[in-house]
Amino acid sequence: MHIVVCIKQVPDSAQIRVHPVTNTIMRQGVPAIVNPYDLYSLEEALRIKDQYGGRVTVLSMGPPQAETALRKAISFGADDAILVTDRAFAGSDTLATSYALASAIRQIEKDIPVDMVFAGKQTIDGDTAQVGPGIAKRLDMLLLTYVSKIRDIDLENKTITVERRAEGGVQVLKTKLPCLVTVLEGTNEMRFATMTNMFRAARHPLKVWDKEKAGIEDVTKIGLKGSPTIVSKVFAPTPKSVRAEIIDTESNQPKDLAVTLLAKLFTKKPDLAKDIAKNAS
Amino acid sequence: MSQDTEQRKPARKKVELDPKLAAYKGVWVFVEHERGHVHPVSWELMGEGRKLADKLGVELAGIVMGAPGEETRQFCSEAIRFGADLCYLMEDVILKDYRNEPFTKGLTDLVNTYQPEILLIGATTLGRDLAGSVATTLKTGLTADCTELAIDLENRSLAATRPTFGGSLLCTIVTLNYRPQMATVRPRVMAMASYDDTRTGRTIEHPLGMIEDMIITKVLEYIPDNLQGKPQLAFADIIVSGGRGLKKPENFQLIWDLAKVLGAEVGATRPVVQAGWVEADRQVGQSGKTVRPKLYIAAGISGAIQHRVGMEDSDVIIAINSDPNAPIFDFATYGIVGNAMVILPALTEAFRQHLSTVKLAG
Ligand SMILES: Cc1cc2nc3c(=O)[nH]c(=O)nc-3n(C[C@H](O)[C@H](O)[C@H](O)COP(=O)(O)OP(=O)(O)OC[C@H]3O[C@@H](n4cnc5c(N)ncnc54)[C@H](O)[C@@H]3O)c2cc1C
Ligand SMILES: Nc1ncnc2c1ncn2[C@@H]1O[C@H](COP(=O)(O)O)[C@@H](O)[C@H]1O
Repeated sequence: MHIVVCIKQVPDSAQIRVHPVTNTIMRQGVPAIVNPYDLYSLEEALRIKDQYGGRVTVLSMGPPQAETALRKAISFGADDAILVTDRAFAGSDTLATSYALASAIRQIEKDIPVDMVFAGKQTIDGDTAQVGPGIAKRLDMLLLTYVSKIRDIDLENKTITVERRAEGGVQVLKTKLPCLVTVLEGTNEMRFATMTNMFRAARHPLKVWDKEKAGIEDVTKIGLKGSPTIVSKVFAPTPKSVRAEIIDTESNQPKDLAVTLLAKLFTKKPDLAKDIAKNAS
Repeated sequence: MSQDTEQRKPARKKVELDPKLAAYKGVWVFVEHERGHVHPVSWELMGEGRKLADKLGVELAGIVMGAPGEETRQFCSEAIRFGADLCYLMEDVILKDYRNEPFTKGLTDLVNTYQPEILLIGATTLGRDLAGSVATTLKTGLTADCTELAIDLENRSLAATRPTFGGSLLCTIVTLNYRPQMATVRPRVMAMASYDDTRTGRTIEHPLGMIEDMIITKVLEYIPDNLQGKPQLAFADIIVSGGRGLKKPENFQLIWDLAKVLGAEVGATRPVVQAGWVEADRQVGQSGKTVRPKLYIAAGISGAIQHRVGMEDSDVIIAINSDPNAPIFDFATYGIVGNAMVILPALTEAFRQHLSTVKLAG
């Protein structure tokens, strides 16, 4: 089994601040982390390797700093890591990103055939959940999204059976390898890095690929040029103009406040009492 | 959607659209259905699609794909009553359960044949799987999880607005030189379209053109969720939510008490869910559910943007917070400044009394 796991380095959005005047993101000092959703995919890939043998290669496209994310993945147990980095990729949207990653995966395949590709459910910065399906289409691979459990892999017949979260239920799907899987959050828990792997991660010679090494054939398909979507405006949400009407009574006793509030509420929304009565009965 | 939102490019105004692309006309809404029911997000999109189509002066179409024997024809007439001018219907036994391969092929074929300029899909698990696949196959732009859709009449383009960077900012995205322009929208973000049972329209059938042997992925089983006792926040009329201001898990009982009297669902903020006071299904907000109830009561909730985006479209919002400067008062309808632990029981009692008089009168 050779599994490629796509991981992205993202700013820890819990710590992002917006500049109050310029409305730009203040990235300085915001720690970069491995996209949390990608860790579920990585762990799932490592489990498959534990059970069936094989290799796990992690792949990331991003600025040189994304090296840290790849080394982190090695410390968890990935065998090899490839960083695709080139100024030409700047401004790539999901269509261009999936083109770049798909072509890198084709290069990886020249060494060892790839049986599975994993992507995260979505990123916490782009948040689109599109890159996974995009890579699958470009590689003409079968696609299994929102997988909550891998039931079985049959190496001889090259088939895989998974549980997939659908609207209103779970689909049990069987398909053929090679395929691309995106994993639902909470499916597993990332293992701890072992001492050996931490040492390995520090020393591991990462492969760093520019656009030529990544096998990009058509430079009009990457970066800004290759991106159909254009960000035309970035802005802060407008504060609602109307502030809440603060309920005030002479006594300010909880009971009086509650009664006054209800009087106002039911005057404004006379039908609400009926809705409540309907639900409460 | 750009992966790198900081890369701010000047909006290229007035782009001469390639004549081949200018032939793309009309707005489409993918009508998602499962087990005999249309997903409400499709009708929400139909309402939004109607506005876009009117602005552009073009037709609005519903896209229904499914197996013969399912209620597909009924869904077509419903689509029209919810605002569509026509429906494209693709019927084939292969389309009985959702699978990526035949749905991607079918929808891609429809687009290539009838050439819509805009294609809207619900951001459900099905919709995201399908939209990403179709957009890549068509090599066009797709903007995910939009909260607002508008038409820029200058170049007839779709201006799709979505939150970015954890909801702290919004960005507007356009797809100028590619057609169709695709967007997904999460359930409950848009208002439901109004239903008019006098509306009529035509249905155009188109074949899938596949046989089962061509499809590699097989559905072995479908295990429906057991919804018994599971929270149904998204479609609740009334929601009572609690935040970290309730201080202790025991105090959360006050939320349940009020909810019981109102027949309401219980919601919560992320810290409350993370602390394990209530189950994850109850989280309202950007990384939880989007809700739009008639009444939303928020107790001990600061009103952070990530919570606000999930509930600000509620009809009436009542906020209880001890801090008069809490951001929640910036957008709530009514506010009570005070300690939730004493206001909540008083409110529960007042509602109880009010409702008993309504019942007597009714
Ligand atoms: C990427 C990302 C996604 C997120 N997604 C979500 C999401 O989906 N949903 C969500 O809710 N949050 C989300 N958050 C978290 C969000 O930013 C806020 O941290 C969270 O909403 C705050 O929850 P809170 O209002 O319960 O707590 P706090 O912000 O701590 O507010 C508690 C409030 O209680 C008030 N209070 C204190 N004591 C009392 C009292 N005795 N009586 C009455 N009031 C009192 C305080 O004045 C304060 O306003 C997300 C954050 C990030 C970065
Ligand atoms: N630059 C990137 N490098 C590697 N993987 C990526 C990159 N961007 C997206 N992905 C993968 O695609 C998934 C979905 O991303 P997104 O479409 O941005 O939500 C992520 O969880 C990653 O697995």
